[in-house]
Amino acid sequence: MTMAWIIVLMVVLMLASAVAALVLRNFLGAVAATSVVSLGVSVLFVLLRAPDVALTEAAVGAGLGGFLLALALQRLGLWRLEVQEAAGDAE
Amino acid sequence: MLNRTGSLLFAGGFAFLLFVLVAGLPFGDPSMPVGHHVLDEAADVVGAANIVTSIVLAYRGIDTLGELSILFAAAMAGGLILGHPAGGAKPAPPAGFILRAGADLLFPLLIVVGLYIILHGHLTPGGGFQGGVVLAAAFVIPVLARPGQVPSHTALAVVEGLAGAAFIATGLAALYYDREFLAPLLGQGRLGALVSAGTLPILYLAVGLKVGAELAGLLIRFTEADAPPPR
Repeated sequence: MTMAWIIVLMVVLMLASAVAALVLRNFLGAVAATSVVSLGVSVLFVLLRAPDVALTEAAVGAGLGGFLLALALQRLGLWRLEVQEAAGDAE
Repeated sequence: MLNRTGSLLFAGGFAFLLFVLVAGLPFGDPSMPVGHHVLDEAADVVGAANIVTSIVLAYRGIDTLGELSILFAAAMAGGLILGHPAGGAKPAPPAGFILRAGADLLFPLLIVVGLYIILHGHLTPGGGFQGGVVLAAAFVIPVLARPGQVPSHTALAVVEGLAGAAFIATGLAALYYDREFLAPLLGQGRLGALVSAGTLPILYLAVGLKVGAELAGLLIRFTEADAPPPR
């Protein structure tokens, strides 16, 4: 029963993060949201007794994937934080 | 706004299609007997306590070799296309105190965790791919903290090449002893011991070093190529 609640919690968290990745105006925040989706999937894999897949998902999906997306943002010149935007407006 | 509504509509439709597909699938009802067969026999035949590893490296070793080749091709293509320094790129400014101190703390920890995951791949969940990614992270985080000090790309390429060659050489050694390509050698050992399962730990060490060196080289190239946008 506890497991069912954890699964429901994870699915809701993943859905919320996936929608946040689409809706967020801050690209860096959207990348972080996609990483949260991967982390939720890895927790589900642990509950399904597939720790090998969970390790891969956490390392590749959440860590490496997020890092690659963030580097791509930087390469495209879209890496902006709120603080920098405010400073840019002030100039 | 229209664009965003379109993406949401697409995501909703995609989720609906996935739901329709999944709703029709019979879960928990495998019709293939090979899974039970492997579960019954793998521990005795291969000698690896982690059955996933005995499938990945012993039963399906050549698939893993194909996976390594695909990863190699993808990393090479990514490095070729995106790895060049952008026009007028200047080195990134040094990072703040928190990232520098965190990198110093994380580097030994990540090395130990990565090597543990690789070397215990035949005993506990984990293995070459997962540990290799952790090793790559261990070498990329110091580069983020101190953009000037980059590990030598030649050394990384040499490690990657030697590890890949070691994987294939282990497979060829099995051919020399009249076994199938990549068949485990050296006996099984005691189930659950660190030195057991024959050549599987050697293969996983090769996979881990290759993946780690490859991804570290690729990511370091990306960070070198990236300069803060001129805004």
